[in-house]
Amino acid sequence: MDNILSILVFFPAIAGLLGFVVDKESARAYGITVAAIEFLLSLWLWFSFDTANAGMQFVEMIPLIPSFGISYYIGVDGISLFIILMATLMTLIGMVGMSTTKNIKNMIITLLFLEMTMVGVFVALDAIIFYLFWELSLVPMLYIIGAWGGPLRIYASVKFFLYTFTGSLIMLVGMLFMAYIYHNTTGIWSFAITDWYALVLPVNYQLWLFVAFFFGFAIKVPMFPFHTWLPYAHGQAPTIGSVILAAVLLKMGTYGFVRFSLPMFPDASVMMITPIAVLAIIMIIYTAMVAYAQKDIKQVIAYSSVSHMGIIMLGIFAMNAEGISGSIFQMLSHGIVSGALFMLVGVIYDRRHTKLMSEFGGLASVMPKYAVIFGIMLMASVGLPLTIGFVGEFLVLLGFYQVSPIMTILAGTSIIIGAIYMLAVYKKSFFGPVTNEANKTLKDLDAKETWSLVPLVLIVIWLGIYPKPVLEPIDNSVKAMLVFMDKKAITQEAKDMIRVSKSTEGGI
Amino acid sequence: MLEPINVSLESLNLITLAPMLIAIAGGLIILILDLINGKLHKSLYVMLTILILMVDFGATLGLNVNERGFFDVMLIDGISIISQLMIIVGSMIFIPLALTSKRFHEYSYPEFFALFLFMVAGFQFMVASDNLILIFVGLETASLSLYTLIALHNRSNSYEAAVKYFTMGALAAAFFAMGSAVVYALTGSVELYKVAEVMATRLNEPGLMIAIFGSSVLLLIAFSFKLSLFPFHTWAPDVYEGASAPLAGYMSVVPKIAAFVVSIRIFGMYIDLGVEWVRIVILVLAVLTMTLANIMALVQEDVKRMLAYSSISHAGFIMAALALDTTEGTTSIFLYYALFMFTNLGAFSMLWISRHKNRRFDARYDHPYEKFAGFIQIMPIGAVMMGLFMLSLAGVPPFSVFWGKIYVMQAAVNAGYIWLAIVMGLNSAIAAYYYLKLIVYMFLMDPIKDVDTI
Repeated sequence: MDNILSILVFFPAIAGLLGFVVDKESARAYGITVAAIEFLLSLWLWFSFDTANAGMQFVEMIPLIPSFGISYYIGVDGISLFIILMATLMTLIGMVGMSTTKNIKNMIITLLFLEMTMVGVFVALDAIIFYLFWELSLVPMLYIIGAWGGPLRIYASVKFFLYTFTGSLIMLVGMLFMAYIYHNTTGIWSFAITDWYALVLPVNYQLWLFVAFFFGFAIKVPMFPFHTWLPYAHGQAPTIGSVILAAVLLKMGTYGFVRFSLPMFPDASVMMITPIAVLAIIMIIYTAMVAYAQKDIKQVIAYSSVSHMGIIMLGIFAMNAEGISGSIFQMLSHGIVSGALFMLVGVIYDRRHTKLMSEFGGLASVMPKYAVIFGIMLMASVGLPLTIGFVGEFLVLLGFYQVSPIMTILAGTSIIIGAIYMLAVYKKSFFGPVTNEANKTLKDLDAKETWSLVPLVLIVIWLGIYPKPVLEPIDNSVKAMLVFMDKKAITQEAKDMIRVSKSTEGGI
Repeated sequence: MLEPINVSLESLNLITLAPMLIAIAGGLIILILDLINGKLHKSLYVMLTILILMVDFGATLGLNVNERGFFDVMLIDGISIISQLMIIVGSMIFIPLALTSKRFHEYSYPEFFALFLFMVAGFQFMVASDNLILIFVGLETASLSLYTLIALHNRSNSYEAAVKYFTMGALAAAFFAMGSAVVYALTGSVELYKVAEVMATRLNEPGLMIAIFGSSVLLLIAFSFKLSLFPFHTWAPDVYEGASAPLAGYMSVVPKIAAFVVSIRIFGMYIDLGVEWVRIVILVLAVLTMTLANIMALVQEDVKRMLAYSSISHAGFIMAALALDTTEGTTSIFLYYALFMFTNLGAFSMLWISRHKNRRFDARYDHPYEKFAGFIQIMPIGAVMMGLFMLSLAGVPPFSVFWGKIYVMQAAVNAGYIWLAIVMGLNSAIAAYYYLKLIVYMFLMDPIKDVDTI
């Protein structure tokens, strides 16, 4: 199956279209089945993926507008493979654990379209196709937040849409300019990312283009100071919306940095290390403190999400194999862990219709299973060794240590602050006596919820103990990319900076 | 003694006139039919109009490219053929809307269809000539018919709209006449290709630049009125509001295609001659138009007025592409307008479908946003279609206007105007808000309780 990627992209979309015919009562089962098939297909992709090959695999290319150089060009490498797997997994798990009953059919169809756009973004190798899926992903998310969200849902969804839309339009100008330069140098129109990689740009062009792409990606990540849309979106979104948003949509931004900014503008990226690292550290520490100040459990997790995205950004701009592989691994772990945490908050919200910590207390005695799973996820989020969170965080800090020890120490405080706010949440909600009468009769996790959460727990522990099967393909592709960047860089500083990675090759 | 001038029929190349003549003859046939039998149903006229437009379409397709005819005033080049085709297609999409089962006044008059065909002929004359006088004649034929079509809607605010449009149109005509007069005074010709030749030789004469620039400014003002560019746009929202919804959609697209083609010819000439000021003035106008119209659209409470401002803003986009004066720029204008035509006509037609004779929601507006609250529950297919039109207008890929937008932006980037591309990008982001507002009303809000239909 050479065209498995196309199947992966369009299967959910076609299923979504057909879903209009499916009866309302059966929509949920239909959605879960489709998502399961999609997940199995993505597993198949993993098994047929050649882990030793660092380049693009399963490449498909069909010219769409040849005179303008736009083609349907998709492929997958170690960097995108696992993000795709995570996207299909989280959609499946989110659907299984979903408690929404209002307009369930619309929700299922929307989710399936969203899945198409998510997979599409991560397999696209043509800038216009990438942009197409990137923008299209906003529409289903807008609908999910706006139709099933909390009281401020419309404000939140519109804010989410406009923020991202604005940023990506600036990115679009950057893409068009990039194509123009490519046309000027080679005489051919092309929007293929792999063609763009080959282009060595003068440093000032690189800087401007880097800035243009930065707006698009940074708003999506969301980097400080563009992060303000995220707490609203999370706060108002239904559980499934938060799960997908945190697990997959945010990763689009960081993925964009790895896929576009770094290999296309190596010199500019190296020059931007300090400013971006400063922003990332502000993001890590500031949002962690804000998280501690929250009263709402979901907001705590939303802000901790931003904080963790800061770690990912830091790792990407470490410019060495440890840092970048670490951040890609951290993208996966953050996706799984924060997705699970949002689902857990959803569980308690379904029962009590509140997310305020002050309403809870002593849940551990009422809901033991729930408390155990919450505890494990919380530890993973903090980065306890032998959980998935530790691997990524450790590699990122190790990688960035080679750039700047001081900044690394600052970033490392996030683990401490993270532990503080997470344990505070746990203490306030789970320990102590059951003070609130309403909490005494709460039911523990039911079968549906257990079945959706247990696989995530297993993954958290499995990849925490033995991350090699995932880390190795990532590392291969990242190293290939770094070697390429080193070859392509024109300034000496960039070459020095990227070379750091080679001296410690195989350090994992 | 005057020498007798021999004119042979072949040299007139009358075939270049065929498309317009077909439309005019069609209009006359409709009038005669009405004279013979006054009780014919409107569906006959609708179908007849479509058939005439189809013949017109065929005649236009059959023209040879790069020919002149009829004392060399007709110019059939690629631009004129493609724009004529667009005008005809736009008209063909518009006219079946008259088949609506609800009784609306204007469609019961056969004159409506006759005037409509005369108007199409007028637009075709405009785009198929580079003679300033013939352009003027075409412009006035089309505009006078259009004023009447608006007034035929037969509501007090449609009279207001027609008179407003007429006054503005008269002003524009005056400016056009003055501009042409200055051009004639400078060059002794009203044929643009001769004007360009003469002007090129006189460009360096001292003191003449001010006159050349002045002529371009007068012409630019005339077309700014027609294209509703800032600050000559103020009539547009009122007129669109007064006209029936599909006619407003039609006005926001087809007349503008004609006006854009003439602008390409006239201002392209000035820019080619190296009168850089013209380019700067057009760019400033374009940027102001797209930005201010967008900001105005944000605060509108009526969907139709919002769409009016949005189409002003889209005209600003195109005007910016025009100022680039590159092949890509010109191509992108046609691509953009072809895509925009379907979308905008569609959006206005959706207003048409959802309209009502009485104002049930607001004393002042026909189509307030509240009317569309919970549209998805009342009319699901209509809401989805309107949603798609809105997303397309906002430039969300992969819907049509997005492709127009990237072509225009790419043309701007290629011509070295990166700032312009960024301004366009930011404007699209602003515009997204008001399109989104309608989507939010339609999909995310509940219908107003006591009203079960719209």
